[in-house]
Amino acid sequence: MESTITESRETITAGTSMDETEGLTYPRIECKNINVSYGDKRAIFDISLPIPDRSVTALIGPSGCGKSTFLRCLNRMNDTIESCKVTGEIIMDGENINDPDIDPVLLRSRVGMVFQKPNPFPKSIFDNIAYGPRIHGLAATREDLDEMVEKSLRRAGLWEEVKDRLSSPGNSLSGGQQQRLCIARAIAVRPEVILMDEPCSALDPVATARIEELIDELRKRYCIVIVTHSMQQAARVSQRTAFFHLGELVEMGDTDQIFTNPRERRTEDYITGRFG
Amino acid sequence: MTDVPPAPFRNEKALKRLKKRRAADTRFRLYGLSAIAFALAALSLLLVSILSQAISAATYHVVRYDVVLDPAVIAPAGKDKPADVARNIDGFYELLRSNLLQTFPDAQGNRLATRQLGDLVTRLAVLPVAKAVAANPTQIGQELTVKVPLNDDLDLYLKGAVSPEARVKLGAVEQGSETATGQVRLSGPNAFKGLQSLIATQRAEVGDAADARSILVTSGTATGRVVSLSADNLEMDLLAGSASDFQGTRPLARIIALPEAQRNVSDKQIAWTLALKDMGRISRVPHTSLLTNTDSTYPELAGALAAIVGSLLTMLVTGFIAIPVGIFASVYLEEFAPRNRLTEIIEVNINNLAAVPSIVFGLLGAAVFLGFFGLPRSAPLVGGLVLALLTLPTIIIASRAALKSVPPSIRAAALAVGASRMQSVFHHVLPVAGPGIFTGAILGMARALGETAPLLLIGMVAFVADVPSGPADESTALPVLVYSWATHAERAWEPMTAAVIVILLMFLITMNGIVVFLRRRFERRW
Ligand SMILES: Nc1ncnc2c1ncn2[C@@H]1O[C@H](COP(=O)(O)OP(=O)(O)O)[C@@H](O)[C@H]1O
Ligand SMILES: [Mg+2]
Repeated sequence: MESTITESRETITAGTSMDETEGLTYPRIECKNINVSYGDKRAIFDISLPIPDRSVTALIGPSGCGKSTFLRCLNRMNDTIESCKVTGEIIMDGENINDPDIDPVLLRSRVGMVFQKPNPFPKSIFDNIAYGPRIHGLAATREDLDEMVEKSLRRAGLWEEVKDRLSSPGNSLSGGQQQRLCIARAIAVRPEVILMDEPCSALDPVATARIEELIDELRKRYCIVIVTHSMQQAARVSQRTAFFHLGELVEMGDTDQIFTNPRERRTEDYITGRFG
Repeated sequence: MTDVPPAPFRNEKALKRLKKRRAADTRFRLYGLSAIAFALAALSLLLVSILSQAISAATYHVVRYDVVLDPAVIAPAGKDKPADVARNIDGFYELLRSNLLQTFPDAQGNRLATRQLGDLVTRLAVLPVAKAVAANPTQIGQELTVKVPLNDDLDLYLKGAVSPEARVKLGAVEQGSETATGQVRLSGPNAFKGLQSLIATQRAEVGDAADARSILVTSGTATGRVVSLSADNLEMDLLAGSASDFQGTRPLARIIALPEAQRNVSDKQIAWTLALKDMGRISRVPHTSLLTNTDSTYPELAGALAAIVGSLLTMLVTGFIAIPVGIFASVYLEEFAPRNRLTEIIEVNINNLAAVPSIVFGLLGAAVFLGFFGLPRSAPLVGGLVLALLTLPTIIIASRAALKSVPPSIRAAALAVGASRMQSVFHHVLPVAGPGIFTGAILGMARALGETAPLLLIGMVAFVADVPSGPADESTALPVLVYSWATHAERAWEPMTAAVIVILLMFLITMNGIVVFLRRRFERRW
């Protein structure tokens, strides 16, 4: 897998080699005073959160505290929920992506998303990956497309397992493979940010371990935000952690610090399993 | 191990509960089975009753005539152009009638008999012959063999549908001779004993009514009606053939239960038909004209072609309107429309519309399409429009259900890779919902195909003699044809009606077959 990444001609990797960068580099996304409500019900209260590039930011907290809602703000998937209203600024590349002028379709091609339950399209493995590049016109020729599909599958660590059955349906794969297929699908449109909403909650421990390995690989070139209900997972894969409670951001910081030396009482209680 | 508490599984109470529960299970299974059995019985009763009627319309009898196409009769001077020949029904009919008169010379000079003989063939039945000859005029003056349908009542007689009939083979007739009173006497020792005892049993059953029954005695091409009878002698009125035909044969006697006065076919006509049959001139052939002819007032000439084409044209119009409109409406309502009061009202109204009786749509069609827009009456165009309105709610409801069953995660997946809402619907949701949508559409169309009431109201019940060539032509439809044929009084229409029902059922079965195929092939592949 290592070799495939060095082989690749990805342009996004331009810049420093910050493979082992820990902690906060420059923020890729800057969230300022985000408020979200579903109808009359507020779900997120005034959250401000910088998200660093080329590292994994974990969002943890008891269920219903608004992690997914917050995550969906980052690629404006909340637009698809009619009752949902988002205010506040989310600055990415110097632009507020909540601006009505921003095309959410374009935004979503740069901010990919992986869901809780693997949701491959009811199409072949190849078409699952090729769909994004096709609609965005990323591949000029069939060869380009083939190459893109292969590269995405390699990055998602799935190539060796599926290279002989690219035309079989995506849902013929196992759950863990399906989830990696979804990750490959997200990668194929060349995003800069990948959002993952509890990507392992439907998987067994072995498949989970593979995905975690993969996330660790991917953070070398992407900005990753992962929602998880498993604190061990957050501790294993993330460099930054944000703890949410009842729609508020209680605490954020380097993962080590949050888990070893939380500043807030509520964080400590949650981490030590006193509620959740 | 000795102080194990008593097994709690097997105490009396538990057993009792178990028994009760099992009884309830069995009862429920029985209810279900009997419901299914009832449904199947009803269905098979329907099918058996229709098929058993229709089967007799699957074949019919045609009579062969070897005629010379005498130009003086069919193409007299001044009326010898092909168009004239094609229209010269009288001429061709005359050819066939004189052929019959030659075959049965006894009928000559007797007006009643001549007319009855002429009734063996329906005048209009010669039309295809006239057209064929007009198309190929070199045949004029030549000898030609034509086959023309037998009169519908005689056809029914030959199929045994006119009256119950008892038959008995007589003993050897030694002598057949004419009597002074113009009758025929057959004699042979004990030749008529069997017939006598048959008459005696019938009299014992029905009393004097047996006297009114005709007793026909047939040998080869000759037939007579019995007047008086003893064990050795029989006197009869000759209906066809001659006395000598019986000599040395063992004739067949038949007692026709329905008296002549109550039948549409006379004894004479039966005698002629039996003679023609004996000559090998009558054959029973597949009733293809049912599919190739248009409507007629004569059952033996009538066919359903115009109605089949009319139904197809109507369905074409219905499909072209209802399917796209239904799909677009449901896709919009399900995928794009905001959830608010207005869409709720629309939704409720669509559901209500699906429950409106079809005749109301017919009234609406008559008022709007005929009255307001002035579209042609009796046209498949209008029929199709009305049926489109009728099926639209059904299609919308089915399509929405199909769209609803597509997991939302697929939409989210498409949006997340940067597909627009439209792309997500057209690339992912519709392909998955497609089989469901088409199932709904075809079932809706199948319902429309069987609709009668709205078509009656827009005048598609008219008698249509020509195959419609376009959706604006005058036309009828299969269910309407069933309706109008079922209202005819003549017996011969009954099997014909059943046959049209079978044709209609074939269409419906085909459509449902497509539905099953789509289900099998495409459903639930994720
Ligand atoms: N589509 C929705 N409509 C209405 N309320 C919602 C919707 N999604 C989430 N919520 C509400 O918003 C709150 C946060 O939900 P969510 O972001 O899913 O929490 P988490 O992912 O942390 O478990 C919850 O109280 C939930 O009930
Ligand atoms: Mg969640």
